[in-house]
Amino acid sequence: MAESELLSVHGLSKKFGRVITADDVTFDVHEGEAFGIVGPNGAGKSTLLNLIGGVIDPDAGRIEFGGRDITRLKAANRAKVGIARSFQIPRPFVDMTVFENVYVGSSFAGGTRGQHGYDRAYAALETTGLLSLAETPAGQLRLLDRKRLELARALATGPRLILLDEIAGGLTEKEIPPLIDTIRGLLASGVTVVWIEHIVHALVSVVDRLMCLAEGRILAIGDPHEVMRSPEVIEVYLGTTFDIGEGRAS
Amino acid sequence: MQWANAVVQGLLLGGLYALLAAGLSLMFGVMRLVNLAHGALAIVGAYLGYVLVQKTGLPPFATIIVVIPLMAAIGWLLQSTLLNTALNKQALAPILVTFGLAVILQNVMLQLFTADYRSIQVGDLAGASIQITPDIAIGVFPLMTFVVGVIVIAALQQYLARTKTGRAMRATSDDREAATLMGIDNKRIYALATAIALAIVGIAGVFIGIKTQFNAYSGDTYLIFAFEAVIIGGLGSLWGTLAGGMILGVATTVGAQLLPSSGTLLADLVFLAILVFLPTGLFPKVVNG
Repeated sequence: MAESELLSVHGLSKKFGRVITADDVTFDVHEGEAFGIVGPNGAGKSTLLNLIGGVIDPDAGRIEFGGRDITRLKAANRAKVGIARSFQIPRPFVDMTVFENVYVGSSFAGGTRGQHGYDRAYAALETTGLLSLAETPAGQLRLLDRKRLELARALATGPRLILLDEIAGGLTEKEIPPLIDTIRGLLASGVTVVWIEHIVHALVSVVDRLMCLAEGRILAIGDPHEVMRSPEVIEVYLGTTFDIGEGRAS
Repeated sequence: MQWANAVVQGLLLGGLYALLAAGLSLMFGVMRLVNLAHGALAIVGAYLGYVLVQKTGLPPFATIIVVIPLMAAIGWLLQSTLLNTALNKQALAPILVTFGLAVILQNVMLQLFTADYRSIQVGDLAGASIQITPDIAIGVFPLMTFVVGVIVIAALQQYLARTKTGRAMRATSDDREAATLMGIDNKRIYALATAIALAIVGIAGVFIGIKTQFNAYSGDTYLIFAFEAVIIGGLGSLWGTLAGGMILGVATTVGAQLLPSSGTLLADLVFLAILVFLPTGLFPKVVNG
């Protein structure tokens, strides 16, 4: 590969009791890339993000970030070295204003002080289109704005890598394009994105490469359209209520 | 007019209850830790003040300047070693650990100071008062307690609202995992919260030592008052805790006027009534979605 690798995952495994949620998972994500992950429910997608974010520890395997082994690094410190994530169900600090939510990210993980922290927090609000809501209590936001706040908060930490967990989930068809524009904005600013999504057409329209997981294993990885057309991937989706038609069409 | 006097005295007493309760409220708010050793720790503060006056001859109120950092250091150590470990275990662990801590503290104090009652002497100030009307006199010391209580609550509120670590406490309180992903080390934040909580209860302890006689077991009563003030005010609301303290104070003094032999019966009944009719307290924290 010509591009430099920002994130390298080697032989990552995790079991919860007898349930295998990550089984010898190995892949790389390049600097500046948009990397998508799909898979049926229970495929281990969120577990994978939790492992990369440091919220849970792997049973085996190694994670490297920017050439450094971060397998044993605590979640708070991973945030400081440049890994940010959004939650599937937005988890804003509901008692704080939108600005305060974002400022917490820039002043802790971002390691900024004083004015610099304010500037970065406002920049994150601007990128995500939340500037006019800065003084609103985060608990009062509607879903799209909560999703944007997840992005803004992640962005304020000054990340090199943002992990997105089904950020388009629950949005209406009309709300998805503005969110995609925001994500494209992040990519344009040089941030690398790893994005889990069930809404495949949204994902395929943005990502450079796509990986399909099933039962903790990698089924296919590569060009998004090819991955969605591969027989193995179609097979795991058959019989589920999931609609891949749009994914193939887009 | 003796009723009016009882009410005024009760409001002032509320300042002391608020000082006792503020740290309890903070620790519960930030890490959902129910600190059953809070009352015993107040008495540790009282003994620290007492010993400082006895051994160094410091003026009683000046001991607060020494007690605050000492109690804060104890709080930091306690949280970083014992309590952070307890919080990682099952839900009952912190309650059992702090209960055990209260028993240990009581027995250590009993060994060191016997069961005799002690107090911190402030001389004439103890009885000094300002005559407002022929029937109402405000004690200088109760007034000082009240003013300090209000200042501490206001300062804590501002700290949580405006500072970097204050915001981190609110963020951690709201969602620990999400706060971690913002780069906040929750264990350090917990240690800081407990340091602040114990510094405040140390101040309360010195005021208790000046106000009344105390011994190793006096903390139990104060723990109950502190809990009642927090719950009356509404969990997570500091101004609510002050209001809760004042309601409790008035109920105590008016109750003593009504039924001199029944102690804090009326205060406990008020607490029970609020628990039954307003279970979230007077000023519940508004949580959206």
